[in-house]
Amino acid sequence: MNNVPMAFGAASHVATEVDNVFIFILVITAFFFVTTQGALIYFVIKYRHRKGQPDMATSSVITNRFLEGIWIGVPSLAVAAIFFYGYTVWENMRTVPKNAEEINVTARQWLYQFQYPDGRKSINEVRVPVGQAVKFNLTSADVLHGFYLPAFRIKQDAVPGRYTYVWLRAANPGSYDIFCTQYCGVGHSQMRAKLIVMPRAQYQQWYRQETASAEKVLPLADEGKAVVQRLGCLACHSTDGSVKVGPTWKNLYGSRVLLESGKTVTADDNYIRTKILDPAATTVKGFPKVMPTFKGIIKNNEITAVIAYIKSLK
Amino acid sequence: MKNYLNETRGLSSWIFTLDHKRIGIMYLCIILFFFLVGGVFGLLVRLELLRPNNWLMSSQTYNEMFTLHGVIMIFLFVIPIIPSALGNFFVPLLIGARDVAFPRLNLFSVWLFGAGVLVVIASFSHPIDTGWTFYTPYSARTAAAVTILVGGIFLMGMSTILTALNFIVTIHRLRAPGMTWFRLPLFIWGIYATSIINIIATPVVGMTFILLVAERIFGIGFFDPAKGGDPLLFQHFFWFYSHPAVYVMILPAMGIISEIIPVFSRKPIFGYKAIAYSSLAIAFSGFLVWGHHMFVAGMSNAADIFFSFFTFSVAVPTGIKVFNWIATMYKGSIHLDTPMIYALTFIFSFIIGGLTGPFLGALATDVPLHDTYFVVAHFHYTMMGGTVMGLFAGLHYWYPKMTGKMLNEKTAKVAWALVFVGFFVTFFNMFILGMRGMPRRWATYPPRFQTEHIISTVGSWILAAGIVIMFYNFIRCLKKGEKAPPNPWGGRTLEWQVPSPPPTENFSEIPVITDWPYSYPKREE
Ligand code: HEC
Ligand SMILES: [Cu+2]
Repeated sequence: MNNVPMAFGAASHVATEVDNVFIFILVITAFFFVTTQGALIYFVIKYRHRKGQPDMATSSVITNRFLEGIWIGVPSLAVAAIFFYGYTVWENMRTVPKNAEEINVTARQWLYQFQYPDGRKSINEVRVPVGQAVKFNLTSADVLHGFYLPAFRIKQDAVPGRYTYVWLRAANPGSYDIFCTQYCGVGHSQMRAKLIVMPRAQYQQWYRQETASAEKVLPLADEGKAVVQRLGCLACHSTDGSVKVGPTWKNLYGSRVLLESGKTVTADDNYIRTKILDPAATTVKGFPKVMPTFKGIIKNNEITAVIAYIKSLK
Repeated sequence: MKNYLNETRGLSSWIFTLDHKRIGIMYLCIILFFFLVGGVFGLLVRLELLRPNNWLMSSQTYNEMFTLHGVIMIFLFVIPIIPSALGNFFVPLLIGARDVAFPRLNLFSVWLFGAGVLVVIASFSHPIDTGWTFYTPYSARTAAAVTILVGGIFLMGMSTILTALNFIVTIHRLRAPGMTWFRLPLFIWGIYATSIINIIATPVVGMTFILLVAERIFGIGFFDPAKGGDPLLFQHFFWFYSHPAVYVMILPAMGIISEIIPVFSRKPIFGYKAIAYSSLAIAFSGFLVWGHHMFVAGMSNAADIFFSFFTFSVAVPTGIKVFNWIATMYKGSIHLDTPMIYALTFIFSFIIGGLTGPFLGALATDVPLHDTYFVVAHFHYTMMGGTVMGLFAGLHYWYPKMTGKMLNEKTAKVAWALVFVGFFVTFFNMFILGMRGMPRRWATYPPRFQTEHIISTVGSWILAAGIVIMFYNFIRCLKKGEKAPPNPWGGRTLEWQVPSPPPTENFSEIPVITDWPYSYPKREE
């Protein structure tokens, strides 16, 4: 479990890849460490002034094009390699697999609240099955928090008024720490939760039982459906592909939207959120600027539900 | 003999002095005092972490302690100490001038600084608990005296800007005849680059603080998502200043090292132009990398990639300096007096601080390491192992010039040994702590991290012992120290050509410069 260098055991494939980057950087920096410190110590011993010697240097070289070229060139190559390797692995860390299950996380002073797709909520404990990609959609109810899973080498700040994410695919069953790394006040260091990774079959059984025995809560997407009905979005938006005043929501989530400004954006959580709160910020090409703002009308958790609903319209 | 210390007497002769040396000494005393205060807060933080569970203080108190430690060390010590104290004293001396370009402005700056300090002290009535980074929304909500504190820092920032302006004009206009740009001592290049950064970046943090105060008092909502603001905007503003500020902290110290290494190697500095230009390159590229503090903050992926890439571009000029210092020692005649030992300590620990940077600059590894003790270790290796060791080198090097007395070499070396050992014991295993996942700014922690914390805390005691002995030496030798000759170390820069301590007007006759300051003769083998 305690493998070097990150010293606390890698719990996923991505974590191992991150450790490999760490080792790669360690090897390169070790080379520079040994050569520079070696030269430093060697020179101090070798060229130390000794009593009775004339007190003068035996060289007065003040520049050497070749040497200086080397110590500009070699470190440049080294850092370019480090940048590139770090970037490629990070690209995997940011790219969520298509079939990922989603869990919504709301951080608040000083706990983590998790919400499963069936609408159930839990506090400071979240369960996922082994081998399943899981995406955590993060937001915060108050100040900044840092959602950190050391064993998975992932971390992302939870920001109020915004959605961020991390994803993981656990390799082994077990119980793993979730910490808060972004300073958030008195309870900061007590803001710890657990990720429990269960074998798949056991997980499914657990999930069904919980869904059945939980007090009647609406699955998130259904809650979202109720919200959009109440707020009258469906007057302008269809869910079946037909065009009303506004574009349809069918297959909207994750698609590329062409804007009037000529730019294209991905219709992700933040896009939909902004659309609801500040519709004038962007306009879909070919549609009138008539969507009203729902700021002050819709609640934060309702936005999350609406997003889940739009996501479900495939 | 008359010198700047005994020319006039009495408190008012200091408070109203226009002499850059006296102004430098005033800065030095105020700032070193706060170094000790910040150090006490640091020791308390370490003491609390000896055990995992609030055994000494509540989490609230702990949060105030680490915030005060950070705020004082950064804003009242590391940023101003070398430019304002040693810079004021030595910039005119090193370029062959009688004073800075605007002595009255200089006096005004020290007053502003003093006023800022008083305001900061006033904020201790409701000790601030935000961390030295003041991230919103927390800083906009806490009941602590954030408004007062940032007001104080604002005043000190004004003082910094004016001082920077003064140095830039001084370096442009008041160089002695024959002192061309490439005959400038490298310390001057360091101060020059620093001053440029200060003028460009400090106003930004000033404005950020104004926005923060407006947010707190009027609830405007620049950074509040409920009102259409953006909490990340604060981080962008803050790091736009605070990343370049890292170079404000390190460049002057690098300047000191570039002076000391040749003197104690009796050999010209290697690659003068490369060192001078790399200061400017660092100052410039330092403005392109602020986002590397925000890789996991919720920026766009494209921004993350951009900032990671440019971060690595700072590594190269920094590396050049280190290589050049080491090359300077090649075939030298090396003397291990205390200033040189501290300079070597600087290089030794700064290499570690520098080489741990790529772990945090690379995207994949920064994600797990960000906001853990790895970062704490990394920046203490650069700030304490770098800037502070450079400062200690400079203080031991220039003490004879400033006071006219020699330090006790034995005591100084004992202090050094404790500082060195204490520093490594305190901070090295913080890298390990961070790799194991210990978040920073935690008042309590799971017991599995305790061993490392105990080691660190014991290290902090050794470090403190060393610093106490060093200051004891500084104070004792003011009276008891041997009289210093004008040039105890065999330096070739201009300050060593005048008596110790220097007369008020520095030079009875302005020197004419015919050579650069590093022309040590060579012995044929
Ligand atoms: C008065 C009609 C109207 C109402 C009511 C309305 N919208 Fe819209 N909406 C539009 C129009 C028109 C557009 C396209 C033009 C634009 O982008 O502003 C649009 C665009 C959108 C988009 C972007 C679609 C895309 O293809 O990129 C989303 C998401 C959205 N609305 C969500 C909502 C939600 C959620 C509600 C209810 C809370 C709502 N809208 C209520 C008219 C409306
Ligand atoms: Cu938190």
